Amino acid sequence: MTIHAISIEAPVKRKGAMRALAGVRTAAGVLLLALAIPALAQEAPDALVKRVSQEALQIIKTDPKVQAGDQARIRDLIETKLTPHFDIDRMTALAAGRAYRSATPEQKKRLGEEFKTLLIRTYSSALNQYRDQTIDYKPLRMDPAATDTIVRTEVIRSGQPPVQIDYSMGKTPDGWKAYDVIVGGVSLVTNYRDEFTQQVQAGGVDGLIKSLAAKNAGGAAK
Amino acid sequence: MNDVKGAPTISRAAAMLSCIALLAGCAAAPSRDDPFEPMNRAAYAVHEVVDGNIVKPIAQAYVDYAPRLVQKGISNFFGNIDDLFSFINGVLQNKPEKAGHDLGRVITNTGFGLLGLIDIASEAGIPKGNEDFGQTFGYWGIPQGPYLFIPLLGPTTVRDGTGWVIRAYTTPIGYIPDVPTRNILWGIGYLNERAQALQAESILDQASLDRYTFLRRAYLQRRQYLVFDGAPPPPKDDDE
Repeated sequence: MTIHAISIEAPVKRKGAMRALAGVRTAAGVLLLALAIPALAQEAPDALVKRVSQEALQIIKTDPKVQAGDQARIRDLIETKLTPHFDIDRMTALAAGRAYRSATPEQKKRLGEEFKTLLIRTYSSALNQYRDQTIDYKPLRMDPAATDTIVRTEVIRSGQPPVQIDYSMGKTPDGWKAYDVIVGGVSLVTNYRDEFTQQVQAGGVDGLIKSLAAKNAGGAAK
Repeated sequence: MNDVKGAPTISRAAAMLSCIALLAGCAAAPSRDDPFEPMNRAAYAVHEVVDGNIVKPIAQAYVDYAPRLVQKGISNFFGNIDDLFSFINGVLQNKPEKAGHDLGRVITNTGFGLLGLIDIASEAGIPKGNEDFGQTFGYWGIPQGPYLFIPLLGPTTVRDGTGWVIRAYTTPIGYIPDVPTRNILWGIGYLNERAQALQAESILDQASLDRYTFLRRAYLQRRQYLVFDGAPPPPKDDDE
């Protein structure tokens, strides 16, 4: 009898525990959302950069999968944590320049998608390499009515000159979003502008999309 | 005389290239910054083969297998020489505070850090500068000149390459009387430089559609930024 009871009770208990766990997870999710929504709408650009980069660094330092170099996990982290704070359309338009203005909506969409993937993969490898550094956040002096600003940060490396990482940010209906990252004076958007111009000259916008897609599919750079 | 100072032959080749490039000046060209693109791309192709098959694997093995402490000591030792040149160029650019920091670093690390093997100055919180002759020329208003890619040495410009040659002929390493010691130090210094570029290089590989183009723009942006100490004038937008 007792044996019977136990054998029935045990799975029930486990189910209960799982249900409780799911409940905790949902609550945590709701809490995160509640925190995230006003943050997106009102958060000042420098506070946003600090929060997002600190969160990302925290995960990089503590998540065992990330530390083991699990590329899928790193990409997923960037996709959920970082890319929502980047204005990919604006970055694409800036990098592609004149070609973007004459592109069809379909081309723009595909170009944006491919560029986003490439940026994500680039950040994946960059983050993985610089995970042991500390970041110093520079105070932001900004007109409250401004819609465009630069948030300045500095990566401190012992025995080597620090590296400045600046984020060009614009105000959007979904809060402040970065449209360029400047690492040690090297603007990503400016760098891609040369690359994109070259590809468009060789094969038009479709040629550029094709090159990006090939690169994202794992093809090495020329 | 050159051999007495021990600058490697390659720096002489670079000097000659710089002269040729200066003579050619700003002839009408496919790109404003890179009028010698076909020549540079050929040089880059040579570099890829030699570096990729010989130098890079050695640098990678050095990073993977040499004891951390040895790597740190070597990087500090050559960093100390960098600081010396940063001091000289801080003076040439009339930046007394920066120059003072760099001089303080050189004295501290040379005197108390076993000729620079230990970077005591960083632990004491003295900031490390990174001025060089190319930046000094830029600060004086000398334009960068055509972009150049030199096999085994990497991207440069006529202005920066000239600065590099000056440094190669004046570095303390060149004044070491014992030839084998001097040559070994040249070799280790080169390996150290190459090893330090590995991280940035792997990001470049991931980021670029065409490594040559990406590296060129990254290099030129970086140099412009350094010349203006982190506040370069906004780039001219020739697309509008």
